[in-house]
Amino acid sequence: MTLASPPPATVPAVRRIALAGNPNAGKTTLFNRLTGRRAKVANYPGVTVEIESGTWEVAELGRVDLVDVPGSYSLSAHSAEERVAIEAIAGLPPSPLPDAVVVVADATELARHLYLVLQIRELDLPTVVALTMVDRLEALGRSLDLDGMALALGVPVVPVVASQGRGIAELGAALRRVIDAGAPARRAEIVVEPQTVRADVEAVAVHVPEAWHRGDRGRARALARWALLSADEPAVTSGLPRALVDAAERHRHAAQAADRDLDAEIVGARYDWIDRHIDRLVRNPPGQEPRTWTDRLDAVFLHPFVGFAVFVAVMTVVFQSLFVGADPFIGWIEDGVAALSGAASDLLPAGLFRDFVVDALIEGVGSVLVFLPQILLMFLFLGILEDSGYMARVVFLMDRVMKAVGLHGRAFVPMMTGFACAVPAILATRTMERRRDRVLTMMVVPLMTCSARLPVYGLMIAALYPIGSEQPFAQGLLMAAMYLFSIAIALAAAAVLGRTVLKGRHAPLILQMPPYRRPQLGSVWRMMSTRAGIFLREAGTVILVCTIGLWILLAFPRTAPDAAAFAAQRAAVGADAGPEQLVAIDAEEQGSQIRHSFAGRLGRGIEPAIAPLGFDWQIGVGLIGAFAAREVFVSTMAVVYGLGDAADETSRPLRDRIRSELRPDGRRVFTPLTCLSLMVFFALACQCMSTLAAVRREAGGWAWPAFLFGYMSVLAWLASFAVYQGGHLLGFE
Amino acid sequence: MLTIDALGPGTPARLARIGGNGGFRRRLLEMGFLPGTAVRVVRRVDIGGLIEVELRGCRISLRNSEAHRIVVEPVTP
Repeated sequence: MTLASPPPATVPAVRRIALAGNPNAGKTTLFNRLTGRRAKVANYPGVTVEIESGTWEVAELGRVDLVDVPGSYSLSAHSAEERVAIEAIAGLPPSPLPDAVVVVADATELARHLYLVLQIRELDLPTVVALTMVDRLEALGRSLDLDGMALALGVPVVPVVASQGRGIAELGAALRRVIDAGAPARRAEIVVEPQTVRADVEAVAVHVPEAWHRGDRGRARALARWALLSADEPAVTSGLPRALVDAAERHRHAAQAADRDLDAEIVGARYDWIDRHIDRLVRNPPGQEPRTWTDRLDAVFLHPFVGFAVFVAVMTVVFQSLFVGADPFIGWIEDGVAALSGAASDLLPAGLFRDFVVDALIEGVGSVLVFLPQILLMFLFLGILEDSGYMARVVFLMDRVMKAVGLHGRAFVPMMTGFACAVPAILATRTMERRRDRVLTMMVVPLMTCSARLPVYGLMIAALYPIGSEQPFAQGLLMAAMYLFSIAIALAAAAVLGRTVLKGRHAPLILQMPPYRRPQLGSVWRMMSTRAGIFLREAGTVILVCTIGLWILLAFPRTAPDAAAFAAQRAAVGADAGPEQLVAIDAEEQGSQIRHSFAGRLGRGIEPAIAPLGFDWQIGVGLIGAFAAREVFVSTMAVVYGLGDAADETSRPLRDRIRSELRPDGRRVFTPLTCLSLMVFFALACQCMSTLAAVRREAGGWAWPAFLFGYMSVLAWLASFAVYQGGHLLGFE
Repeated sequence: MLTIDALGPGTPARLARIGGNGGFRRRLLEMGFLPGTAVRVVRRVDIGGLIEVELRGCRISLRNSEAHRIVVEPVTP
């Protein structure tokens, strides 16, 4: 018997409110304030632009869905991000039409922010202006005519101080009023265009599809202006109605032929309105008085010499924190995982299920969690750098260097982070606006010498020098050379990829220099937790699945063919055997098992491919194991050699074994050339499933991680081949 | 013809012509770089190859090579 009836069809859908604004307008802080902690991140269909949305409780209006539109200076689109912005604000299919738009504008930079307000105003949607930084404006001795502004714009203007919660209730009330009224109080077009432009706009507006303007002539004209300003951007006009693009192009060409400057005419009409009003809206208008603190700080931070010293100091702190500061937390996570493994081993009966839980499941979860300290620290620093305004200064100082290899100035922080770990570095690329810049950085960051390579280098460098004849200076020099090698290759790869696969149009730098501000720790924390959550959910599952896959490769078939022999050995040593003897037999059996496992067979299978690099099949097994994380190479080699899985790069038995291991023909395996070749291979190969999982998450889809893995593997093979075979030709061993 | 990258810090000037083309020029226009707008150079960092300019109460940095396309005329105070 069903008592519940379906909900009545008249329940109104949740209202959708678009939150728009310039970058740095304080939009994110306001969004966080309005939605609390209930935000969800979604990828915009088709492009890897994320849109965050959350629920905002508005008095007497109920819950509304607040959509955080990517920050943009204007609605005319120059990039995928800005195309998403116009689609979300103007409700171009597939985006639904928002019920209202809240435009965030910075009162201290009102002239430029009003430009976006005017553009959105033209769309003829219920609109409210949220004015931020009013307190700062007042501190500068200026005041605003809020009523005059609301009257001139024809939409409510509400001052807000999001960090203190001031103006939030008023913003909600204004939103309710404009939604009830259904449209702005006055007609859309308050900006008066020259007659010539008006004619162009009217003519193009005819071709704006009905589904876009929904019967609103003002909106049709607004979208016609948008099309006129975007028509020569092929990346942006793709997928737009042909008739609209053609009409816009026709009118642009006609204007050009008549020696008219259509861009300046459309943009200039809006700034004319702003220029006519700004002196009345802001009393004591900007211009003369210095922005005291920002000026004083910039005199230091952007000083040609002192500025660079400060920059080096700031980056050293960030890097040291990631490299060293994360260590105790990583240690705790590893201890916790080990304790969990121990508990599970004690609780569960020996067998396949226990091995699966301990070696695959808990191990996999551990290898995801272990990234958290660095990711959280990374986003803590990114948040502070961005919020404080210092990131713009980093770009300012590093532009020439980064531009030389085709990278964006903002790529500096991810590249530097790559020395600690590629995973947080890849997550950090999202501070760049252009997709091409982000992807290019992701493609070269994994070449930086991350900390997981160090154990491998450590073992190889140790093996190069017999015990007793260590040469700390030469060994240190070799390690330093590996760092320089990785930087050189990463920069070269950026230069090559940026001119070929990721060829972008020349990207001019128009860098807004925001005033210095105190970071809002609340929103920094929120970004940290959001990004970490996304990593755990989306990249974490991939890493977990890969760990299980690797476990299957290494642990199956479960018993070595010579298991009986080991059992006999144990019986032979009998009751008077010391624990060391039994541990040694266990380790030998473990070694036999892995040599006969799928991974062992795979290692033999790939031997012909890696033999020219000086590697034998056992190194091949190590390479397969290293896919979980590069440092696992060390413990995998120890297991393969029957030394147990507790060895690290400093353990004596492993070092001895590496030095003494012989090939079937009696030659040493780890000759100096093989060691060098292996180090070069590890420097260049993308031996890291977590990096690939992170790239898949951030670049969207498997195409880029596949390319990354492919090009780095080829590069690694060729370079190792050159080292090993070239070394042989030169008479080295 | 004086371009903005050659303007000394602090010298008041007005924008005369915005060169360049396509998206770059349009982005400058939309950020308020319109002929007739008052502008001044805040600082130049020659080793970084950038200049910082102020107009309409906002600070914006440009590369020297790109600023070279913006023509200004000095204003006598």
